[in-house]
Amino acid sequence: MKYVDEFNDRKIVGKIASEISALKVSANIMEVCGTHTSSIFRHGIRDLLPSGVRLLTGPGCPVCVTSQSDIDSMIGLCEIEDAVIATFGDMMRVPGSSGSLAAKRAEGAQVRPVYSPTDALEIAVRERDRKVIFLGVGFETTAPAVAATIIAAGEKGLNNFWVYSAHKIMPPAIRAILSADEIRIDGLMLPGHVSTILGPKPYEFINVPSVIAGFEPMDIMLSIHMLLKQIKTGEKPRVGNEYGRAVRPGGNEKAKKVMNEVFETGDAEWRGFGLIPGSGLDIKKKYGRFDAKKAFGAVAVAGGAGKTACICGQILRGLKTPKDCSLFGSACTPDKPVGPCMVSSEGACSTYYKYGAR
Amino acid sequence: MSDRITMAHGGGGGLTRSLVKDIIVSSLGNSALNRLDDSAVLRSSSGKLAYTTDSYVVKPLFFSGGDIGKLAVCGTVNDLAVNGARPLYLSLGLIIEEGFPVSDLKRIVNSIRAAGAEARVKVVCGDTKVVERGSADGIFINTSGIGEIPSGKAVSGSGARPGDAVIINGTLGDHGIAVLSKRNGLEFDTTLRSDCAPLNGLIGRMRGVHCMRDLTRGGLAAALREIAASSKVSIGIDESSVPVREAVRAACEMLGLDPLYVANEGKLVAFAGEKEAGRILNAMRKHKYGRRARIIGRVLRRGRGDVILNTSIGGRRMIEDYSGEQLPRIC
Repeated sequence: MKYVDEFNDRKIVGKIASEISALKVSANIMEVCGTHTSSIFRHGIRDLLPSGVRLLTGPGCPVCVTSQSDIDSMIGLCEIEDAVIATFGDMMRVPGSSGSLAAKRAEGAQVRPVYSPTDALEIAVRERDRKVIFLGVGFETTAPAVAATIIAAGEKGLNNFWVYSAHKIMPPAIRAILSADEIRIDGLMLPGHVSTILGPKPYEFINVPSVIAGFEPMDIMLSIHMLLKQIKTGEKPRVGNEYGRAVRPGGNEKAKKVMNEVFETGDAEWRGFGLIPGSGLDIKKKYGRFDAKKAFGAVAVAGGAGKTACICGQILRGLKTPKDCSLFGSACTPDKPVGPCMVSSEGACSTYYKYGAR
Repeated sequence: MSDRITMAHGGGGGLTRSLVKDIIVSSLGNSALNRLDDSAVLRSSSGKLAYTTDSYVVKPLFFSGGDIGKLAVCGTVNDLAVNGARPLYLSLGLIIEEGFPVSDLKRIVNSIRAAGAEARVKVVCGDTKVVERGSADGIFINTSGIGEIPSGKAVSGSGARPGDAVIINGTLGDHGIAVLSKRNGLEFDTTLRSDCAPLNGLIGRMRGVHCMRDLTRGGLAAALREIAASSKVSIGIDESSVPVREAVRAACEMLGLDPLYVANEGKLVAFAGEKEAGRILNAMRKHKYGRRARIIGRVLRRGRGDVILNTSIGGRRMIEDYSGEQLPRIC
């Protein structure tokens, strides 16, 4: 596989950088997706941009935007007798109001990191005497695979498998950020992976220039160039697509169909935003027997720690950077995270910390 | 410290370091242990000795390019060799789970013998314990090793000097990805083999290095951070000169890992003055474990221990301490 190299070419990236400088545009660009933030820091892309181009981090880290009440409920699930909590690794160390899934595991709870929902299903098939609960966290990229797993659980007739759905969809959050109007956003770098499922159409409401971007350095530089050109001409904003090699005009019809078969949109609480109408994915009645929220009700652990000085919420809205946080790098580090943005590999705080942006 | 051991305490990052320092060294510390080099250098009446120990809990036990037995020899031999010692003797401690197949145990002992023969070390003492089913995961191995330091010249992790070239002996991440590809729940096809190998033969040809470490858990990043901190220097690395196989790079992209942080079991980083570096590199390339040796960066200046990466697209960033639990039990 050589696909990465051609998008990492120093000469080409340097050429795009000088074209960006030549545009002489000052702009605030928000990268919605945490994977973009991570790639920007990993490759030192901010070094290559003129000082007038400011990159803001956005809400596109699924672990980070999961609400505290959802996290507490997930930790609470560990109390159920014979439960196996199957989760993506990133969720393990997210602090709840008291404790975390990792702390529960150290106390003896069956919390098992998995790499895909199918792994969780296999545990349920293998260990029929246990109640296997998969923690469904993620955006449009993850939801289709979880939906397919729920359908498979139905076909296998499993009665020991559930999903706690904290899935969210991206367009309503983008709408919420733009309509809140708390910070000037001149352009949006749209999430590449999510867009492979959605295609460009659901973003057409966006009233500033926007570009769907891939994740290699050249993708990011090209999409910044496309955004700045749109911003400079001042024409009617449109959705550009830099990631054409993966994002088709209609998105992925098959994935959308599976997702719509199992999930329906509902209101969801986002960390930092509060309730965003129609932004969550709930399990439809037809598949209600796999819905952990219905099966186990409210099992949230009692809140303990209460409020901290953590500003994850404001970082997710692009209002602050990790460097503005009094806890960053001292009271809050990847070893003892206070907020989810320091835990997830897609979180802005963990990215700033890992790549030494102090 | 949290009040219970979590998997992240074994990850090789900050939590591991605080466990070692706050619980073990704070209680058992002495001048040999406090250096926290890969092996302790001891005085005997006839000169200097190096002494080290390591435990092996890799899962799965057998992987492409090696197994837990080969690992248990190579890991300990390499810890001695990077300190400038000639490895001589190993101890072998086996903790075996009830029900473990004897055929697997024989296979493991055979590869201990083969690796020992290649490294020219002898297993001179040992211990075997069997625990109830469920109290261990197949087999755990501990080896300790003793080596002698010829002419008393130990190499430390704290000897890097400004102007030194940073040399590695080959591609990064082969072991970590080869093991991960065989793990339950994460099986993917790769022709990749672990780089697990005894490096004492190679190191024997590398005369004149100032500083050396082997690259195990935490990968090149962890080794460089430790060297920069203990040598009190800043180090600059050129990303485009760091050799990584395509298969490793593709797997890392897929899994969201950074090859700089992925484990190796047959790789080292060495520091040498500009003048000696060319000669050392030539000598390394003539050895089978050093064919792809190359210079990947320089020691920039005295400093507070920054490791700076010049990215392959022309940007810059810091290499920071790896944190927490990567994917468990790769060594």
